[in-house]
Formats: sequence, structure tokens, C-alpha cells
Amino acid sequence: MRYVDEYRDAQAAARLAEAIRSRVNRPWTVMEICGGQTHTILKSGLEELLPPEITLVHGPGCPVCVTPVELIDAAVEVASRPGVIFCSFGDMLRVPGSVRSLLEAKARGADVRVVYSPLDAVKLARANPAREVVFFAVGFETTAPANAMAVWQAARQGIGNFSVLVAHVLVPPAIEAILSAPDCRVQGFLAPGHVCTVVGYREYETLAARYRVPIVVTGFEPLDILEGLLMVVSRLEEGRAGVGNQYRRSVQREGNRAAQQIVAEVFELSDRRWRGIGLIPMSGLKLREPYRSFDALARFAAGPAPAEESRECIAGLVLQGLKKPPECPAFAVRCTPESPLGAPMVSSEGACAAYYLYGRREVRG
Amino acid sequence: MSGFNLSCPAPLVAGDRVLLAHGGGGRLMHQLLEGVFLPAFSNPALEARHDGALLTVNGVRLAFTTDSYVVRPLFFPGGNIGDLAVNGTVNDLAMCGARPLYLSAGFILEEGLPLETLREVTAAMRAAAERAGVLLVTGDTKVVDQGHGDGVYINTAGIGVVEARHQISPLRVEPGDAVLVSGDLGAHGVAILSVREGLEFDAPIASDTAPLWPAVEALLAAGLELHCLRDLTRGGLASALNEIAQARRLAIRIEEAAIPVSEAVKGACEILGLDPLYVANEGRFVVFVPEREAERALEILRGVPVSAAAARIGSVSGDATGAVILRSRVGGRRVLDMLSGEQLPRIC
Repeated sequence: MRYVDEYRDAQAAARLAEAIRSRVNRPWTVMEICGGQTHTILKSGLEELLPPEITLVHGPGCPVCVTPVELIDAAVEVASRPGVIFCSFGDMLRVPGSVRSLLEAKARGADVRVVYSPLDAVKLARANPAREVVFFAVGFETTAPANAMAVWQAARQGIGNFSVLVAHVLVPPAIEAILSAPDCRVQGFLAPGHVCTVVGYREYETLAARYRVPIVVTGFEPLDILEGLLMVVSRLEEGRAGVGNQYRRSVQREGNRAAQQIVAEVFELSDRRWRGIGLIPMSGLKLREPYRSFDALARFAAGPAPAEESRECIAGLVLQGLKKPPECPAFAVRCTPESPLGAPMVSSEGACAAYYLYGRREVRG
Repeated sequence: MSGFNLSCPAPLVAGDRVLLAHGGGGRLMHQLLEGVFLPAFSNPALEARHDGALLTVNGVRLAFTTDSYVVRPLFFPGGNIGDLAVNGTVNDLAMCGARPLYLSAGFILEEGLPLETLREVTAAMRAAAERAGVLLVTGDTKVVDQGHGDGVYINTAGIGVVEARHQISPLRVEPGDAVLVSGDLGAHGVAILSVREGLEFDAPIASDTAPLWPAVEALLAAGLELHCLRDLTRGGLASALNEIAQARRLAIRIEEAAIPVSEAVKGACEILGLDPLYVANEGRFVVFVPEREAERALEILRGVPVSAAAARIGSVSGDATGAVILRSRVGGRRVLDMLSGEQLPRIC
């Protein structure tokens, strides 16, 4: 397949891996921020190609994983109301709330539907004027423009039976939280290519300068990740901070202006709790005043009530790169994708699920 | 940054209800089998856990199987629920090394279903039965209230006579066996999903629904020693290989680059966030044969239209891990696990 196969070529991968090996003189710890990158690393077995000096840790860039449990509970509550059609991206459905997941709410009769685009939810609202259609607006800067567009269209078309449950989070505040933690051991970052496609990487330049770390904007195919690692490792070996752009075929420094505009029109910054991590100031989005009537939490006077989390789950440490999933005593024993204790075991982008699916048993020669 | 409190996620929720994923062919369905059905109905024929039961009646070796079809939409590129209902059951018999002979058909119809739809479905069943050389010899019809079914549900059961001289079973798989697939993977699941999701392609992806007996018959007629056959329906190649690896407590090693997947299916899977190795097929199967017979088996498969694109994808190793190990296109290795629940489309 064009534009995909080129980035999965075995010989090119071997050349890049060799270049990384010859570049490395010391141990380095690098975090890939985005769950999509974690998924690729484990799915392609990339760690096997890397020299032992390089430790990859898997960052908090999985929207499913970091959506706080009280918002899942609120989603389940709203979805269970009579007359509501609750729309969500697929992988949110299995995330455990404190009582149940959306899938389990569906098994009890809630009308929960998977959509591929928030605009499909707007269409559903138009087609079902007697029902309340709620869209679970989850994700990083990548999904924010389409979600903003859905609200904007609903407002323009006067679709009063549409609302959104907003759980948007932003990457740079999370990187800053990781870098400013006293026990931070991450020395370089692969920044999320699709987030940067939308917002550009000026903000990352500020972070790289402030914390003197190399950050390389990186794509999602195996060769992208190997090349991104080569760029990070080269900077680390040379003692250079700053931002590099591996994903030039998609990312420009200024990002996508039109996408940024629609997000700024509909959303504003807000404090946000991250599941497993805690409150990060100004790390989320909420609806601006003119669009508040589309806020599902307000419309249904639902949660978020404080919710209890499993004490055994170490997802917080995993999401900050302080532990690897197999170091958790519950991993693959009491915590599996069928009965997850924590969200990183749910989505295929979650670090725990990726380890469970692709790396659980020892792979031998 | 203040307040890095490391509390984390939710208590375990007791699974006290049937979820859609219980029907997905993955691990949850196995839990259902082991936790509910096997304890309830335990007997030696059932516990063999083959695609069909193997029974000997008055010295004749029979294979007996049943399957229910609840596909939505009823009509999709390459077929409809009627084709599936015949081919699926015929294929379960073929995987036992049995020549399919007779089928039953039970129809659960939803009030309000256009008779024309039913006629189209039964016409497809008749054509599929003729193609597979089976007769539909008994049946049943029930009608349920509007809103209690998706138009038509069909159950079929089938009987065949076992023609394989040796038993065909995961337990006969040996270290060194070659692993072959009968053609490109994922077309059926993607055909269904693309209709459901309203995706359009330059050339529509058609379901691979087809009877597999001609391919099995050719392998048997050549006197090949078939160790194991499995059709790659729900849960796809990954789930079938895992079931076999676990049943035999051996490792199966496969090469991602050797697994045939059409460009169209690859593209659709990229868009939908699916892995073709977990997508359902309705006319594909995997064959385990001794290494020395691998080339001949491939040649024979390629001579039969339904398996013309057969390919060798790997082999069985002696490691008693019960794992399936995939060497990725870029050269790294990983575990190819059984599907957990349903494949859910990813956010981004």
C-alpha cells in the first residue's frame, strides 16, 4: 500500500537500527508520548531492533487512559437516561468506570453507539429530533478540531438536542508535568506527530528550551519511530536540546491554522484531572460561554462525583514512565483487557494493553 | 507541578451480564464456553471442541455441526446471510475432513420483513447448497415481534461423512509442521464493516464467502497427511492459531510479510483501525501439514479456485509455550495474541 509500505520496509529499518547502534555511547531513556507510537513499537517488535542502551518508556498520550474515572461515570449515567443516544469513539466503551463501563451500560439497555466522526453524531441528532444525542468528546489536540466543528455546526444549524461531554486534554502541560516531577528519568521525547500536525511545535520549542531536553516530532510508522529515535539519540549524544521534526510529510512549525481557529472559537483552556496522574493546571479544554448550552454535564446535571479507584493499579507510574507494565503485580493476573483494573489495559494504545497483547510472554529465538 | 497523586483506576467490575464481546470469538467467548456450556453439557464428543462433533454410527464416521447467522446488514458485497448460512456450516464439516451432505435450516423472522427479502435469501441458500453439493432436508420457521430481530436470523445444522483416513485435530499438530493459509485474509469482515460504516472504495471489497470442501477434498484425494484444518471465521487467523497453539501446547511462528492481505483490505483496515489478522473470513482456512508435504499441499491448493492464492505463512516450533509468535515486516518479533473482546475502532 502506497505511503504505508515505504515506512515498514525491513531493510530500511535495519539500516536505521544500525545507525542508532553506532550513534549510542551511553544509556538513554526516551519517552514516546503518544499511545499510537507505543502501539507501533510493540506491534512491530521495534525494541528488539534497538541497542540495550536505549530504554523506551511509554507516555500518557492515550486519551482513553487518562480520561478521569468520574467522567466515565458521568458518561455512563448520561447514557443510561431514557431518550438519550450516547455516541462515542469505539475504544472508550470498554473503559471501566467505578461502577461499570459504557459497554456494560449498553448490555443493560442504554443506547450507546460507536461513531467514527463527531459529525455523525450531529447527523444522528438531526435525524432523531425527539431524542437527546450526546457525543463523548475525548482526545488530545488531534480530535479537538472535529469535535469543535461538531459543536459549531450544531450551533449554526440550531440543533438543540445535541450536546457534548467534554474530556479533552492537551499534550504540552503533560510533558511539563513529567519533566518537573522530582523523580523524572526521561531524557528525550518523541512528540506526537498528529497532535503537532494540528498545533505545530512552537510550544514544544519553549518546553525544550526551558527543560533543556531534545524533543523530536515523530510519526507513527515503524520507520518514523526509528528515525525519530535516531534524531533524539544524536541530540542526546551531542548534548543538544531543541525540537526536531521527523514527521515533515505532515507537520509544519505553525500547524494547521484553520483547525486551531475552530478549536479556539469553541473551546477555552481549563484545569483537568488526568486519570492516574492527578490535576494538571490548564491541561484541558472546556466549552466557551457562547457554546455552554451544548455542555452535556450541565444539560443533564450529571456528575462528576468523586469516584474511587483501584489501589492496586500503578497506571499513574506507568503513564509517567516511572514503571513498565509488567512491573505491576496485577499485570496479566488480576488485570487483563477483559477485566481491566486501569484504563491503560483497555485501549490498544494503552501501554498495559500493548504489553499484554504483544509482549506478555517471553519471545525466544 | 502540584498534586501528582498516584491514585489509579477503577475497581474490578463483576461481569454478570452477557456482553456483545462474548460472541466475538475471542477470549470472552472461551470463558463462556468453559464457564457455562461445557460444564452444562459435558460429554466426550463435545469436549473434543472441534468445529464439529465426530460421531461413529454403525461403523460410519459422521461429522455433525451447527451455527447461527445474525449478520447485519443482511446483504453485502459478495453475498448475503443466506450464502453465509450454507457455507459456514458446510465449512465446519469440511474442517473435520468430512464431505458435507445434508443441512437443516431454522429461520427466525422479524414481523414486517418484506417477503421479497426472504426470497432473495432463500435463493442464495439454494445456490450455495447446489455449489457445495448439499441438500437442505429439514427446517423450521418462527416469527418474532417487530423490533426483536434484525429481519432474519438463520440457524443451520449439517451432517457429513468423514473421508479423512486420519484424525484431523489440533492435537495432531507436530513441531516442524508447515502452516499454510488458503488465500488472502480479511475480505469478509471488511466487506461487512464498509457497508455498515458507509465506506466506499474504488472497487468494492467483496466477501470471500465460499464452500471450502473442494480444497479439502483435493488435499485428501492427493493422500496428504493433514494434521489440522481450521476455518478462519470470527476472530480471524490470530484466534484460530492461538486456539491450536494452546490446545497442542506448542508455539506457532509466522511471518507477517508472508500473510496474504489484499491492498484494498489493508487500506480499509488502516482507515478503520483494525488488524486484518483478527478480521473474520468466510471462505479461508489454515492447514497444518508435515514439512515434507508443504510444497505439494500448496500446489494442490493453488489448483482449486477457492484456494488459488494459498500461501505458506510459517511453521510450528517445539517450544511448549502455546504462543503464536509473529515476525513483523520490519523484523521485530512479538506475540500475536487472541482477540480480547471485540475489535473496537481507535480514537486517533
